[in-house]
Amino acid sequence: MKRVQFNRPLLPYLLILPQMAVIVIFFYWPSAQAIQSSFYIEDPFGFGATFVGMANYQDILSSREYLKIANFTVVFTFLVTFLSLAIGLLLAVKADKVIRGSSAYKTLLISVYAVAPPVAGLIGVMFFDQHIGPFVDLAAWFGWDMRVGIDYWDTAIAMITISVWKQIPYNFIFFLSGLQGIPVSVVEAAAIDCRSPVRRFWTVVLPLLSPTAFFLLIINMTYALFDTFGIIDTTVKDKAANNPITLVYKVYMDGFRGNDIGGSSAQSVILMLVVFVLTVFQFRFIERRVHYT
Amino acid sequence: MKQVTLSNVSKTYPNGVTAVHPTSFDIEKGEFLVLVGPSGCGKSTILRMIAGLESITEGDLDIAGKRVNDVEPALRDIAMVFQNYALYPHMTVFNNMAYGLRNRGTSKAGIDKAVRDAASMLNLGEFLDRKPSQLSGGQRQRVAMGRAIVRNPALFLFDEPLSNLDAKLRGQMRIEIRALQRRLGVTSVYVTHDQVEAMTMADRIVVLNAGRIEQIGTPSEIYHQPRSTFVASFMGAPPMNLIDADYRGNGRVYLAGGMDLPAPVETGRPGAVKIGVRPESARMVETETAGALPFAIDHVEELGAIRLFHGTLGGQPFTVHTSHEHAVPEGTAWLDLRSSTVLMFDGATGARL
Repeated sequence: MKRVQFNRPLLPYLLILPQMAVIVIFFYWPSAQAIQSSFYIEDPFGFGATFVGMANYQDILSSREYLKIANFTVVFTFLVTFLSLAIGLLLAVKADKVIRGSSAYKTLLISVYAVAPPVAGLIGVMFFDQHIGPFVDLAAWFGWDMRVGIDYWDTAIAMITISVWKQIPYNFIFFLSGLQGIPVSVVEAAAIDCRSPVRRFWTVVLPLLSPTAFFLLIINMTYALFDTFGIIDTTVKDKAANNPITLVYKVYMDGFRGNDIGGSSAQSVILMLVVFVLTVFQFRFIERRVHYT
Repeated sequence: MKQVTLSNVSKTYPNGVTAVHPTSFDIEKGEFLVLVGPSGCGKSTILRMIAGLESITEGDLDIAGKRVNDVEPALRDIAMVFQNYALYPHMTVFNNMAYGLRNRGTSKAGIDKAVRDAASMLNLGEFLDRKPSQLSGGQRQRVAMGRAIVRNPALFLFDEPLSNLDAKLRGQMRIEIRALQRRLGVTSVYVTHDQVEAMTMADRIVVLNAGRIEQIGTPSEIYHQPRSTFVASFMGAPPMNLIDADYRGNGRVYLAGGMDLPAPVETGRPGAVKIGVRPESARMVETETAGALPFAIDHVEELGAIRLFHGTLGGQPFTVHTSHEHAVPEGTAWLDLRSSTVLMFDGATGARL
């Protein structure tokens, strides 16, 4: 790495100032505010706040509804992350082997990524619509009376399907470029050393993809936890009622629909802690198995 | 005994480009065969077809008496050393060598012994726990060799394995690879574009040009008895001097500038020919003697042990190779080709007459 020595010691700080300003204004400042208001109960009409200590946290953690949503969030995050990574990888491996018409094929797969999450949600909702949705028709074919928006698990399946569908292209792009970064001769050497293509994939290709996979793991978990908000919102049509939602959506519902600023802040602080612990865990324990060339 | 047989093997790509025209040759058991030629001559394609990394368009390939056209690479009982080594970057040196054995179900003790034997043979003992990124180019080359050796295959394939090394290391590895191959007695096919590697390492050389075999022979045959002007100019540095001349069927060839030489061979058909003389075969004299030809020296290359005189003979470029003791003449010198090996090639086809 190239080192530059600055004559004036203030200059480097000045240069990183814009970046720091963005982080402080848009991340640390709201975070600090959230932490602060999580210890207060705020008047819904904005007339002052009362300090209540840990009461908001106690309320949340003793709420059965909150625990149910937390459970669902874990299941949802795991399934969305796992499925979108697995399907993205599968498609990338297949696309990597396509020789004829590969660019058209890749463009088709990637184009889904250009769809904004709420739009993807809307398209998805139409797919699962009670009257015109082809997926509902397909389910009916197998004798499954699918009621998205009414039945808890049917809604969950629709939400997961749409979220996975939306994220596959992103994973596909990264996995494909990762695959194309593996030297051809290494793959050929493996073909001489090992007869089974499946075994070759697990022992040579996947380890060489591990930096990409690790990066995508973090991105996908973040996506499943936070960025699926728009998809959930359109699927439950802004009125969650009995339908499954994730913790982030609950923060929004309680804060902006329920006007419970204190409780909502406490929830977001809990989420922040969960993400912090998860990230530390990923870097400490999973990254060790990653091979960077 | 024949270890590998190619019968009319050819390669045409889906876009219609023919990389290798129907080619046939045998490789004897224990032989070190070198495929040499300029880039794009099809030498690597032939090697990759033998390895099974490239499909064979037409013809038959037999390894150890079995047709292997449709056998996958892992089942052909071959090992290959790649140009850029192609080591598995995420595996240690030990695992790089053990990988092929593990996939073949060799016992743990057997793997351990094979890898340690190969490692000690290649002086890699202390590096077994390292990753390829922690090794130098020469060491990586050795690991690639080790990976081939531990498998004890019927055939070694080398795809320009030394071209990523610096000149000094290349000379050293050349000798090591050849010594190792002699010791193990494994049949080997070695692809290179470097004629020095081909000359020094091969039992037999296959010279390729534009997807066709120009000549197959021992290094000495290839060097001294080239079948075409292509082989004559490709092998040897500096290459053989080739001079346009006219053969009139009267036992002499006529060069530009009114010079003439006795024809080295008699053929029935007079016409344009090329006269070939190796630079070290031409004798330079300082005074005109009977039958000597005037040689205008342009510049002298001083290479320590030898001197190369570049100039023109009858207006055509000509190089003479002498020992360093040979005096540097002033201006024009004289070439006495009476005792030289002179070859004659067809002026149109380049085939030797």
